[in-house]
Formats: sequence, C-alpha cells, structure tokens
Amino acid sequence: MATTNGNGHRPKVAERLAEIGDKTRSSQAWTSIFRPGSIYRKGYTDSPRNRSYVIMNNVLYHLHPVKVKRHAVKVSYTLCLGGLSFFLFILLTVTGIFLMFFYRPTVTEAYANVQALETAVTFGSLVRNMHRWAAHLMVLSVFLHMARVFYHGAYKSPREFNWVIGIILLTLTLLLSFTGYLLPWDQLSLWAVTVGTNMMGYTPVFGPQVKYVLLGSKEIGSETLLRWYVLHVLMLPFVIVIFMAVHFWRVRKDGGISGPL
Amino acid sequence: MADVPEHLLKRSQERRKALGLPVEGEEAGAAAASDAPETPSEEAAVETPAASDAGGGGDAGGGDGEAITEDKGGIPAHLLERSRKRKAALAGGGGGEPAAAGAGGARAAAATAVAAPAPTSSGPGGHTQRLLTVVKSGSIQQARAEAQDKVHVWPHLLAIELASILSLTAFVTVFSALVKAPLLGLADVNQTPNPSKAPWYFLGLQELLKMFHPMVAGVTIPGVALGVLAITPYIDKNPSNKPTDRKFAVIMMTMFLMMWAVLVIIGSFFRGEGFNFVFPWNKGIFFEL
Repeated sequence: MATTNGNGHRPKVAERLAEIGDKTRSSQAWTSIFRPGSIYRKGYTDSPRNRSYVIMNNVLYHLHPVKVKRHAVKVSYTLCLGGLSFFLFILLTVTGIFLMFFYRPTVTEAYANVQALETAVTFGSLVRNMHRWAAHLMVLSVFLHMARVFYHGAYKSPREFNWVIGIILLTLTLLLSFTGYLLPWDQLSLWAVTVGTNMMGYTPVFGPQVKYVLLGSKEIGSETLLRWYVLHVLMLPFVIVIFMAVHFWRVRKDGGISGPL
Repeated sequence: MADVPEHLLKRSQERRKALGLPVEGEEAGAAAASDAPETPSEEAAVETPAASDAGGGGDAGGGDGEAITEDKGGIPAHLLERSRKRKAALAGGGGGEPAAAGAGGARAAAATAVAAPAPTSSGPGGHTQRLLTVVKSGSIQQARAEAQDKVHVWPHLLAIELASILSLTAFVTVFSALVKAPLLGLADVNQTPNPSKAPWYFLGLQELLKMFHPMVAGVTIPGVALGVLAITPYIDKNPSNKPTDRKFAVIMMTMFLMMWAVLVIIGSFFRGEGFNFVFPWNKGIFFEL
C-alpha cells in the first residue's frame, strides 16, 4: 500500500478514489462482466467501433441492429408506439410478479387479497394501480401502433407476414387484458366477464362448448377464476412472448422499420 | 471494350508509327520472344477502337487482322514468321536445356537468367509488362447495395428509447399514485348490476349487441373484422406507401377505426341503466375502467 505517490506528499482522497476506480475497472472480474464496447469499461471512447460494440456485445441491446436508417430514429414517424407497447408489457410483467406474491386465485380469498393489497401491503395499492393503468395503456398503444403502421403502409411487401403477427399480438393483448379483468373478483370483474363470455357463447355450432371451456363449468365460478388466472399469468404471456420474438425478429429481417414516405 | 484509356491508344499509335507497317512488327516480336503468345492479343486490344470503332465484335484479333492479315486462316504473316524463328531457336538449344534441367534447379535458373535479359531489354517501348485486356470496372465489381443514410443505434436510438421509457414510467407512476384503480364490492352472482358492462375495449361489441343478434354482433362481426384485418396486406396490391396514392385504403381504415371509436364511446358514456341510451350530463356516467 503506497501512502505516498513519489513526490513525498500524501495522496488526496480524490486521487485515492480515482486509483481504486481504476484498479476496479481493470480487474479481471470487471472486464469479464463488461464486454468490449461497454460504456463502463476502462478506456471507453466514443468511436464508431465502440458504438457498434455497445450493440453487438449486449444481449438486451442486441434486438437492435448496429445501425438504423436515419429516418428510423425520428420520433414523429413511429411515435415510439411499438417500443412503448413492449415496454408496457415489461412493466406489466414486473408489477404482475409483485402482485402474484399477495394473490390467491380462489373465490373465497381473491377479493380479500386484493383488499389487503390496497390497505395492508407496502406499495400494494400503487403497484396494483400501475398494473391496471398500464394494462389499459397497453391495449391503447397496441391499437394505435396498428393504426400508425397502417397509415404508413408499412404492412406492404416485404412486411405482410409481420402485420399478420401484429394482428395476433393485438388479439393476445386483448385476451391478456380480459383475463386479468376477472381476477379481483369484485362486481365489476364478475359481470364484465359474464357479458363477454355470454357473447362468446353465441359462437356458431360450438357455442356452448366454447363457453364451457372458457368458464370451466356451466356458470362463472371458482373454476373460471383458476382457469383465467393460469391463462393470465402463464399461458398467454408465454404465447405472446413467442409471437413478440417473431415480430421483432421480422422487423429486422424485413429491412428495419418502413419508410420514409 | 469500348472505353480504352487514352494513354493506351496513344501508346498504340506511337508504337505503330515506330514500327511502320505491320510487316516490320516481326522484328520486335521476335526479340520479345518470351511474350510471344500475348503479343497479338495485346496489340489487338489496344488497336481495335482506333482501327474500327464500329467493329464491336469483341474479337479483337478480327479488327487487327483486316489491316495486317494475309491468308493462312487469318494469322498475320509476321507472327507466322516469328513462330518459325522461335521454333528454330528452341530446336537449336533443345539438346542442352533438358540436361540442365535434369542436373539441377540452380543451373536451370542460371540458364534462364542468362536468357531472360535479352528479350526484356528490347521490349516494345522498353516495357516488360504487357496489357492483357481492359475490363470495365462495372463488369467485374458488384456494388452490393446503395449506400444508405444510417446512424448508430447507440447513442441515437437508445437515447430516444430511454427517454420515452422513463417518461412513460414516470407518467404511469404518478397517475397510479393519484388515481385509484376501481374495486367494487365482492362478486355476487345473485346481484346483477345495472348496467352490466364489458371492459371498455369490448364495449363496441356490446353496443353492436343492441343492434344485431348476438351471434352476429359478438362473434361474426369481430371475427370477420380481425380476419379481414389480418389479410389486408394480401388484399391491398397497391405497392405505394404514399398517402396520396392510397386514398381508398386510408379512407376505409379511417372509417373502420372511427366506427369502433364511436361505438366504444357510445357504449362507455352514453349507455345507462338497462343499457339504454342516456346523455352523461343528464344521468351521469355509468362507466368503470
């Protein structure tokens, strides 16, 4: 441990901190975590090479190409709607996981659990509100994203199939929102779902069967709650993630976002 | 082959002048014996445009031949003469060379080294290199794609994404802190609220339910709408994405979206008890998000 720096005077605190920072960032552990191009790596400079590495060497940023068309970063073109829909999905996943710690999908406990979330759980009310508002926002943003894509003619060749995937994602978003609607098990959710499932009961030919599959019994009840809970927290998210992966992948493979007009 | 660089044309003319008529060409040709096979093609390639612009056959030898050739299948006389001389020379040295090659590479190399300087020093115009052919750059180089105006995702796009994500998170957090999500009383199957409404995004359908048979309103119309929406790219054959070129598509989509928006708004705010039409400023709003 050097207490002097060769000139005879004791190093100042700032110098010591700089030295510690330097040592940390040149340590094996640090360089193993932050790959070349990371802005946390020692000696990061703003060069085209490092700008490319930032994207290439990070699994999360890897959804992006290294470079995009200049017009593609115009906010006025995309309004960020697709990206924000995806971010809302992430936000809903995070808040949803929090809610799962305090919720049991049974007729006797569900409502009491939600009440406890509102009154007894730290940040429970805030997180529940966020989950609900973000869900409504996601339906809205996915819908607006679809409108934006249509008005830009972005569904045309070579992006036809990605549009179809997008319609599937819109449907899945509505289903995710609708299945979540039942879970608080209050009057609002019960009767909204009753209206919805009654409608689906009028499916030609298979009406009663479709309704039975959805409700898990003749009437809406504990089976329905469990069924919709599993759909909401497990099955539909699983399916939508797969379709989202294809959707994003196709955006890149079809030559980035469309335009300019 | 049309674009022969000017300096080559010039050199060709100089050389022709220096050589005089083609018959004299054999002198230089014989001296540059090592290059014998290449000579005609080079000469031809260079001279073609000068001699016959309209020729264009690609066979450079043809253009040259017209000026120089005698009979014997179009082979210039001086080349035949040179070939004969060369063969004679090879026949003369033929006894020694295989022996040298057999003895060892070093001696062979020495022999060629001795033989080499003579032709090179007296090449045409003192040059030892020869032009094989002139190829336009476009025919062998392929430009993959036109250069596009691109920017790095980091920092240009990632910064925008971060800003939008943070703004949205801030908005959702603040909104959630201020506005409580609805939670009505415990679900009771025996107590139907009046009106009973679906979630807002299905209120358009519920509105249709007022007008059509449930099978039409609840299943057929949304099913057909989603189906048509899904196959839109395969119906719309118009390749343009400019709004002015696709007025029909824009009008149809706007009407479609407006229809749902109006239905949802009516279902949300203008439907009261018994799902009957009311004005929200008279009877209040029967709507929970």
